[in-house]
Amino acid sequence: MAAAFTDEWGRIVAALIRRTGDWDLAEECAQEAFAQALARWPADGVPDRPGAWLTTVAKNRAIDRLRRERRGTELLERNAADGEAATMNEPMDDDESGIEDDRLRLIFTCCHPALPLEGRVALTLRTLAGLTTAEIARAFLVSEPTMAKRLVRAKGKIAAARIPYRVPPAHLLPERTGGVLAVLYLLFNEGYAASGGPHLIRAQLCDEAVRLARALSGLMPDEPEAAGLLALMLFHHSRRHARLDAAGDLITLEEQDRGQWDVAEIAEGRAQLEAALRHRRAGPYQLQAAIAACHADAVDVADTDWAQITSLYDLLTEVMPSPVVALNRAVAIAMSRGPEAGLEVIDGLEASGELARYHLLHATRADLLRRLGRGDEAAAAYGRARELAGSEAERRFLDRRLAEARRPGGDG
Amino acid sequence: MKYLMFVCVDHELATPEATKDMGERALAWMQEMDGRGVRVLGNRLEDISTATTVRVRGGEVVLADGPFAETKELVAGFDILECADLDEAIEVAGKHPVAQIGSLEVRPFAED
Repeated sequence: MAAAFTDEWGRIVAALIRRTGDWDLAEECAQEAFAQALARWPADGVPDRPGAWLTTVAKNRAIDRLRRERRGTELLERNAADGEAATMNEPMDDDESGIEDDRLRLIFTCCHPALPLEGRVALTLRTLAGLTTAEIARAFLVSEPTMAKRLVRAKGKIAAARIPYRVPPAHLLPERTGGVLAVLYLLFNEGYAASGGPHLIRAQLCDEAVRLARALSGLMPDEPEAAGLLALMLFHHSRRHARLDAAGDLITLEEQDRGQWDVAEIAEGRAQLEAALRHRRAGPYQLQAAIAACHADAVDVADTDWAQITSLYDLLTEVMPSPVVALNRAVAIAMSRGPEAGLEVIDGLEASGELARYHLLHATRADLLRRLGRGDEAAAAYGRARELAGSEAERRFLDRRLAEARRPGGDG
Repeated sequence: MKYLMFVCVDHELATPEATKDMGERALAWMQEMDGRGVRVLGNRLEDISTATTVRVRGGEVVLADGPFAETKELVAGFDILECADLDEAIEVAGKHPVAQIGSLEVRPFAED
């Protein structure tokens, strides 16, 4: 049931939106179809084609409701006037390619740049992934009415300002695809390293982000960045069981038990990355995935090809210059050429001021000072990092490091 | 779908150099959009020093000189667009020369 839900929800909602133009109706009918499945499948058994069953039920619900509300004809005529829109009478379950196109339309519409970013994220989780408003509210630490308002506002703008329900034309596609990838990446990151609150991993967000990235990569086989993003997520996701200890505290890459990394996800990530790189159009997601692949290839930190990672960060700095990329490049330099070389780069970054309030800059600087045996300076930098850290687990991690740095003769 | 487009100029960006051939470029934009049939009507407005704000308070008409709010960006003109959807309206607005020295706010007409 859970598998059928996540696989089919987005497809059904996407198809119903195209046919009715009514987002709420589409969601409600999909919801009713799933409720009916929940009531009948345990007794009747799961149908041969659960997706087709759910689609038919949802579609019939939509027809019933439109008839009852006497607005069927008007809605369908209006959508027919939009040109390519289908009618409710067109078979929905037999036209697989059409359904996949609908899902891609829905992804692009939910991630339209005229919507506020938080609205794009919420809409993607609600209409594509089928999360409830309450679940999305919990994941983003806002109240349910606030999240409901966000969704209503986004849907209202789509209707009132007429944001088109379509895959953008070729001249807009590269830019808009970048926007879609950014939303999925943000979703994954929210789940992976929550920016606040008690839970470091909101596993469900990561799962949904991976699922949506897999769908997008399947729908856009000629877009290597889609496969690159999926690969990147898979490499990171593969470490999830090794990232936290029993208390929910962060374990660094260095100290993780790599035996706990998910081998199947790493293999899928590698396959996706190799397929993407064959297009010979390496973008930021493919480069970041290639860096993550270097870690997946190594049995431990010492075995890691830090020189290769440094050159990948050099390339990444060219295509996507950012202070955070510069910080990670400094870490790679410290690992391949020694802590002093890394510290030099980091001090330059700190002087430029952009990352002055970024806790990881101070945590990294502290770590390198500790390795150089400069305990007092390390302790001061850990203290600064702690002040700026966003989550409890991160603060506990920094507290342990701070205690280690203060210990006479530290671990070097 | 009809959209009202407010053409707003940022006076810090509107240097003599940046606005040198603004008139010609705006005319070229108008001609292109009239030709495409997306521009229903539009006009440049006189300087904000000519604006008057009108309020009625307690039954009395209260006038003020100038616009109702002090902002960095000021409405310098407007256009009414007839576009297929928001993507077309964004494309049309993005081609307006003032987009480079200000901003264009595109808002749909309320229906019914």
